[in-house]
Amino acid sequence: MLNISQLHKSYPIGDSSLHVLKGIDLSVQEGEMVAIMGSSGSGKSTLLNIIGMLDEADEGDYILDGLPIKDLTEKKAAVYRNKFLGFIFQSFNLINYKNALENVALPLYYQGMKRKQRQELAMFHLEKVGLADWAQHLPKELSGGQNQRVAIARALAANPKLLLADEPTGALDTKTSYEIMEFIQQLNDEGKTILMVTHEEDIANMCKRIVRLRDGVIMEDKKVEQVRAEQYV
Amino acid sequence: MFKFLFDRDTWQEVYDSFSKNKLRSILTMVGVWWGILLLIGLLGSARGLENSFNRLFGSFATNSVFVWGENTSKPFKGFQEGKQVKLTLSDAKKVEENVEGIEFVVPRSVNQAQVVRKFLSGNFGIYGDYPLLDQVQKKKLVHGRFINQNDIDDNKKVAVISDEIYKQLFEKGEKPIGEYIQINSISFKVIGMFENGNVNMGPSADIHIPFTTFQQIYNRGDQIGWMMITGKPEYDIKQIENDAKLLLKNLNSIHPKDKRAFGSFNLGKEFAKVTGFLIGMQFLTWFVGIATLIAGVFAIGNILLITVKERTKEIGVRRALGATPFEIKRQIVVEAVFLTLVAGLFGIISGGWILIGLDAAFGQGDDAAIVNASVSIAVVFIALVILVILGTLIGLIPAFKATSIKPIEALREE
Repeated sequence: MLNISQLHKSYPIGDSSLHVLKGIDLSVQEGEMVAIMGSSGSGKSTLLNIIGMLDEADEGDYILDGLPIKDLTEKKAAVYRNKFLGFIFQSFNLINYKNALENVALPLYYQGMKRKQRQELAMFHLEKVGLADWAQHLPKELSGGQNQRVAIARALAANPKLLLADEPTGALDTKTSYEIMEFIQQLNDEGKTILMVTHEEDIANMCKRIVRLRDGVIMEDKKVEQVRAEQYV
Repeated sequence: MFKFLFDRDTWQEVYDSFSKNKLRSILTMVGVWWGILLLIGLLGSARGLENSFNRLFGSFATNSVFVWGENTSKPFKGFQEGKQVKLTLSDAKKVEENVEGIEFVVPRSVNQAQVVRKFLSGNFGIYGDYPLLDQVQKKKLVHGRFINQNDIDDNKKVAVISDEIYKQLFEKGEKPIGEYIQINSISFKVIGMFENGNVNMGPSADIHIPFTTFQQIYNRGDQIGWMMITGKPEYDIKQIENDAKLLLKNLNSIHPKDKRAFGSFNLGKEFAKVTGFLIGMQFLTWFVGIATLIAGVFAIGNILLITVKERTKEIGVRRALGATPFEIKRQIVVEAVFLTLVAGLFGIISGGWILIGLDAAFGQGDDAAIVNASVSIAVVFIALVILVILGTLIGLIPAFKATSIKPIEALREE
């Protein structure tokens, strides 16, 4: 599904440069649910951004579903992002003047899908996250957990191969976090491949595999016994 | 691209970003609105003034000069200074034949005379005229006809009178045509009546009789009062005046440098002054209008730049979701064009209202200062095209700004 080898990335800071990723090797199979952990500055977000094609590596190979991701133009990156990836952000990043349905339909809009079809599909995904009744509400009229569920529906809308979540529970209280995690686990059960960045141990333990980063290298990469979130809800 | 323009979603996006910032969008549009309003209002008024001048001068062939004889100021060829210069019919003929660029030369004579009809009488200017006069100084005939060649050939005793004469010599409701009036106790049959234009060269109450008849009854021989020289449109009337005067000096044994031998009034020169003023005004109007317009469009660009800055994160999200840089740019440019165009349309409409108001206030009646103040569809069209072009150009700046930030940086923005 996803194959990364000898990935390097550094950022220029003034005259010197900061070496953030120092040779990452990572391979993710279809249906996996991986937590990337590490303290801040460990390079976990950078890794996720490179996987999400929002950033580009300086060195190394990245193959997504058999497709080498290298030297992408902005346009091509946009098309790939749209086709292969679904993003879930810590701060939801919903468009505040669009209602839930429109937000979910946005990736489909950029796919060039017809309006009616798009709205039907978006409605289907909203139903899936249990927010069909809230379709016409603006993000400010929804709670944090609801907003994150809308964001998940949006990430799912284009039926991506890989779901990337950057601290999906970072802005939520514990109870809501578990609700969201329960939902993400369900998605994984249905076969979605999920990659998430987190620094919360309990959240990481709800994944099936934990990759720990420190100072730009992988310290530990182990499979864990998945803790089901529903037992806390 | 066309599909994009007719796509409901495109306009939904425009509407969303507009309604998110109603007040700011409206304030932004004021600049362009004001620019177009100025342009339409001023251009329309300038056109109205021009129309009013044209109406004033409309009855005249404006490329004309009037020349008459005065007294010499230099002795020449044995003649003392102070000789009275008398122009003749043959002078007029020679000017017509020899000066380059002449359309026609019309000799005229005038005299004051007592005119009587039944119990009414008055003292009026009597003009001896050729049919050609009608070409130089168009008479707006309300009844009958002007003098024709037959009248000239047969020295007919016929008269064409102005409406002013009619008022003084006729009872209300009487038909003037076919009636007789006495000029210097000689009966003349009225064959035509005209309305006076707005510019009157000489008294407004005047009577025109055939030139030959005039010369006969006042015993003028071939002496003429003055000649109206009309040049072809492509010739400079000032040059024609100089050429004609030089020729006339030659014919009448006058010193070539004598400046007082002839009097003249150059209608073309006077007209050119007015036209020059009008052209200057139009230029100023375009300048002010376009400059204001550009300032307004820049204001729109400026606001869009701020909007883009505010929406950096949103743009980052859109790009993460698969919006290509082109799609982002296109949307911003469409918003810019939309804002300029809507502002422009409002400007055109309100400019039109101003012109309607001007017309109602100053445009009524015969002596209106502004006649039919309007702008042509072509001007409106050009203004709209300029708006679209400027809107596109100015929209490109924030559009490139929006996509110059990497999506990752845009997402980090708070």
